[in-house]
Amino acid sequence: MDSAREVSDGRLTVEGFSVASRAFADKWKIHNQSFPPWSWVPLINRTLLVSKKQEEGYLSLEKIIILSSLEEEIPEDESLNVATDCLEKEETVDHTILVPTMENEAHYYDFHIVYSASYKVPVLYFRGYCSGGEPLALDVIKKDVPSCSVSLLLESKWTFITQEEHPYLNRPWFKLHPCGTEDWIKLLSQSSSSSGCQMPIVLYLVSWFSVVGQVVGLRIPLEMLN
Amino acid sequence: MAKEAVKYVWEGAIPLQIHLHKSDVASHPSPPPALVLAPRIGYLPLLIPLIKPYFKDSLPPGEDSIWFDYKGFPLKWYIPTGVLFDLLCAEPERPWNLTIHFRGYPSNILIPCEGEDSVKWNFVNSLKEAQYIINGNCKNVMNMSQSDQEDLWTSVMNGDLDAYTRLSPKLKMGTVEDEFSSLSSPQTRQVVAETDVAGQVKTARIPVRLYVRSINKDFENLEDVPEVDTWDDISYLNRPVEFLREEGKCFTLRDAIESLLPEFIGDRAQTSGEERSMDETEEADGSRETGEIKLVRIQGIEVKLEIPFSWVVNNLMNPEFYLHISVLVKAPQR
Repeated sequence: MDSAREVSDGRLTVEGFSVASRAFADKWKIHNQSFPPWSWVPLINRTLLVSKKQEEGYLSLEKIIILSSLEEEIPEDESLNVATDCLEKEETVDHTILVPTMENEAHYYDFHIVYSASYKVPVLYFRGYCSGGEPLALDVIKKDVPSCSVSLLLESKWTFITQEEHPYLNRPWFKLHPCGTEDWIKLLSQSSSSSGCQMPIVLYLVSWFSVVGQVVGLRIPLEMLN
Repeated sequence: MAKEAVKYVWEGAIPLQIHLHKSDVASHPSPPPALVLAPRIGYLPLLIPLIKPYFKDSLPPGEDSIWFDYKGFPLKWYIPTGVLFDLLCAEPERPWNLTIHFRGYPSNILIPCEGEDSVKWNFVNSLKEAQYIINGNCKNVMNMSQSDQEDLWTSVMNGDLDAYTRLSPKLKMGTVEDEFSSLSSPQTRQVVAETDVAGQVKTARIPVRLYVRSINKDFENLEDVPEVDTWDDISYLNRPVEFLREEGKCFTLRDAIESLLPEFIGDRAQTSGEERSMDETEEADGSRETGEIKLVRIQGIEVKLEIPFSWVVNNLMNPEFYLHISVLVKAPQR
């Protein structure tokens, strides 16, 4: 029903989210090759058939390894100290990975971008866990995130993190609150376009993630915003 | 008339028989179960002050982390008690036998609960979300004074409908016009729905939480419905219903549920004029490929699907303005 290519109120329809997600995943794959790609997980429910009218789902980026060190280290580019080896690949070729020693312990992170039908915006869910699967508490996660992001977290009223149940997986995840998303998306639109508050759908998630990702220490290359 | 139904909803309660889990029993003999009347619109953790005195002498030393289970199945504490009962007990069990644990919180499955504060936070959060859905923003909840928010929460905790009725207008929550009463009486209630720039009334959005259990086989009696093993057997949809207003047609409960579960539409599909892209539904025996709604329970009532959805919303919603619907469906054959 909604064939508009832009949104002016900072919010997305479920179809728009689907379009924006694919655009985001494609750009990420091209410009952000130090990370594995995002995958689209369709909502094929065990108990319900998914409506064939629209494909609903969420974006998933999983098993990102962060090597946490005991010392407060600030990496050069101030993004996560991500190991280039990733469990997603079958290869056993090691790149510049640091073997977990006494000094650093591998923490794994999963990120899901889920559509909120109530707020009509994307919502970031994330969780961290050790190699044994034990979940990481929020204060441990905060230590893995670069210090500048932590202050962003604490000071901003936009970035409210709570532990809530994942909308589809029946497990506790951390969630970044969606309240106010449409307001700052509109702010981003105003500054990037001369024709008012229009945000092209294909750029929605890229713009959204350029802000939200920083809270969890994930930066995106500027090229993605073109 | 509407007031009376709401009163019944607020007064609705479920008799619980709470057993202390055997691993938490440090006394001999083990204590008898506690009998508690749980408000339908309330939440299990709020009952802890009533239950704990029964068991405190039997507990091992240490800190409490309290949770409940039903036949080994951990209960999500942020779902209203009445909804849990309607969903998990196909054949209502009275009293409802639950087990309480004071140790060993399953934190890989349940989000943490720090007692009343967690429940209150969950309530206010749901209220904000409901308001966002209905009004398009949640500024009224956000702008409510601390003491008003406290008082509103207290009225819910205590089941005090009078206090709640006094306070809830401060939320300035949009309302849905009762479709049936507008037909019979000249005086219609205020309709407040989302309007576009031109001031035309558009569709209203109604906060709904749908809990669906899907059963694979046919059953005659509710007692034949198998037990729930895991929360993965239940589909939870936290999704607003788009309330469609059409000339001469009443938007029923069935319409609302089918809009959330389109795969269960049988011959009732409104797409008769449109081209079908799905081959399966062209089969002669159409019911094979689609599921069947067997049972719909709201506030413990098996609501007839033909009832106007507006009536259901206005009378059966919970205090946070969400309508919780438990549905039992027979899964389509595949």
